[in-house]
Amino acid sequence: MEHIHRAGTDMESLREKYKHINGWGIDADPENEPTYPMKHYTGDDHQRIHYDRPTLQPLSVELLKSNERPNVSAVFGTSTPPSGLSGAIRRYAFKYSEGSFGHWLPLIFADRVNVIEGYLDDFSKGTIPNIFAEHGWKAEWKHAPWHLVRKVATTAAVIAAAAWLLSGDKKKKSFS
Amino acid sequence: MLAMNFRGPFRVRADRNKPMPEILHPQDAIVRVTRSCICGSDLHLYHGLVPDTRVGMTFGHEFTGVVEEVGPEVTNIKVGDRVLVPFNIACGSCPFCKQELFGNCHESNTQATAVGGIFGYSHTAGGYDGGQAEYVRVPYANVGPTIIPEGMDLDDAVLLTDVVPTGYQAAEMAGIKPGDTVVVFGAGPIGIMAARCAWLFGAGRVIVIDHIEYRLDFVRRYAQCEAYNFESIGDPVLFLKKTTDYFGADVCIDAVGCEAAGSMLQTLTGRKGLLQAGSATALHWAINSVKKGGIISIVGVYGPTFNMVPIGNVVNKGLTIRANQASVKRLLPRLIEHVMAGRLNPKEIITHRVPLEEVADAYHIFSAKRDGCIKPILIPSAA
Repeated sequence: MEHIHRAGTDMESLREKYKHINGWGIDADPENEPTYPMKHYTGDDHQRIHYDRPTLQPLSVELLKSNERPNVSAVFGTSTPPSGLSGAIRRYAFKYSEGSFGHWLPLIFADRVNVIEGYLDDFSKGTIPNIFAEHGWKAEWKHAPWHLVRKVATTAAVIAAAAWLLSGDKKKKSFS
Repeated sequence: MLAMNFRGPFRVRADRNKPMPEILHPQDAIVRVTRSCICGSDLHLYHGLVPDTRVGMTFGHEFTGVVEEVGPEVTNIKVGDRVLVPFNIACGSCPFCKQELFGNCHESNTQATAVGGIFGYSHTAGGYDGGQAEYVRVPYANVGPTIIPEGMDLDDAVLLTDVVPTGYQAAEMAGIKPGDTVVVFGAGPIGIMAARCAWLFGAGRVIVIDHIEYRLDFVRRYAQCEAYNFESIGDPVLFLKKTTDYFGADVCIDAVGCEAAGSMLQTLTGRKGLLQAGSATALHWAINSVKKGGIISIVGVYGPTFNMVPIGNVVNKGLTIRANQASVKRLLPRLIEHVMAGRLNPKEIITHRVPLEEVADAYHIFSAKRDGCIKPILIPSAA
């Protein structure tokens, strides 16, 4: 392995290290590298996490950390730190590893809770969200008006049906 | 400043009150955005399929801009430089970056180890605000941002941040041998570019499968390939077997990812029910229609949980699966050569140029595939 000459990972030192195992490395084939050209293998993997890290970004916001890593990455995003009920759910999710449903399903749930929090946040600031514009319905009206008409009619029908089913008046009438 | 603001699935708005980004790390730069694309993978966020996508976030991982401010450790770019910014946020010093796996950086995402940091792509990819804004913070500015060559069109440059490298790497990972039959699933921007790039690696036949007719027409013309609508060819696996003498394609590329159509079971459990990480229909077809000993290349985006795929066929057919986020920085020198030499013409796939103020309409047009949309780009008024 001509291209691997890092301390402790070159063939000679490895051969010495494993000399008690009969046949160690006898069939090693440095050309067997299916990750090329995506990865230019250098042997740096064997350093694991013991490399010179970049300068660390000061921790200025609450940051949720995967429990599959020992530390905070040297840089991180500061967009929308966890807050409110969705934040509490996200903090719970990060108790579980990335391979666990305990991690991902609460995060998806938190995203949906966060949408409601978004409405409340808008209202608290005196903003009424322009739902029509936010859904891009102006473009829909321009390019596919009948789709929009159908969508609005269907939604109105579903809401009307739900309202009728839930209305107390209907009950009274049915027993009268 | 003006920025895209995510409000929930299928809801975004142009927000004039987003705070200006600041230098938070000595290797940061602040870039004034001149072009920003909406990517097909942004639609996964827009549709609510990527966990930990928070309300208030700004998306956008494909952008060009002008350097406005740099941190004290930035030496490779300076104020006033015109740069294209790879979608990967990469430190350049961890073992993964050192081995040119810039899409797998270990020092850019605290919140997940399976994916490196990506601009504007949920907290699962690091929680960075993205470039669908007037200004954006660019970490590790010595590593990612690349000065746009003199004479290169901005519209070409912005597509070198993701679309072209991802399409090219899809073809590269496929290990195409001269004369190979290459099947690309998906005729979106990435599939179109993968089909075009397959020829650069010596493909003998390139076939694209999708179900959107206007996109099939486009890819036939742009990538000079065959293109078929899976809704009219019957079982796509059987069709591909027949058209390859019942042998199977030499390589298959999945350029669709988690929102694939074509299977009611996958759609119900993946896209609607979220019982799996999106719909794996394209990957399923790829595994079943490639030859024994063939190669599957995956660049389609899937969520982080799991997907139903015929893994038994992978074993029994002796398939090789290669997949990754594109390592943009590794590929840029070669791709800039291709664009400058006219071998690749990325900007031809841009169909919509939209003011940043109309970001909600742009998302809807792209998502609903209205008006023949292939690729929309957002242009801030100060660009």
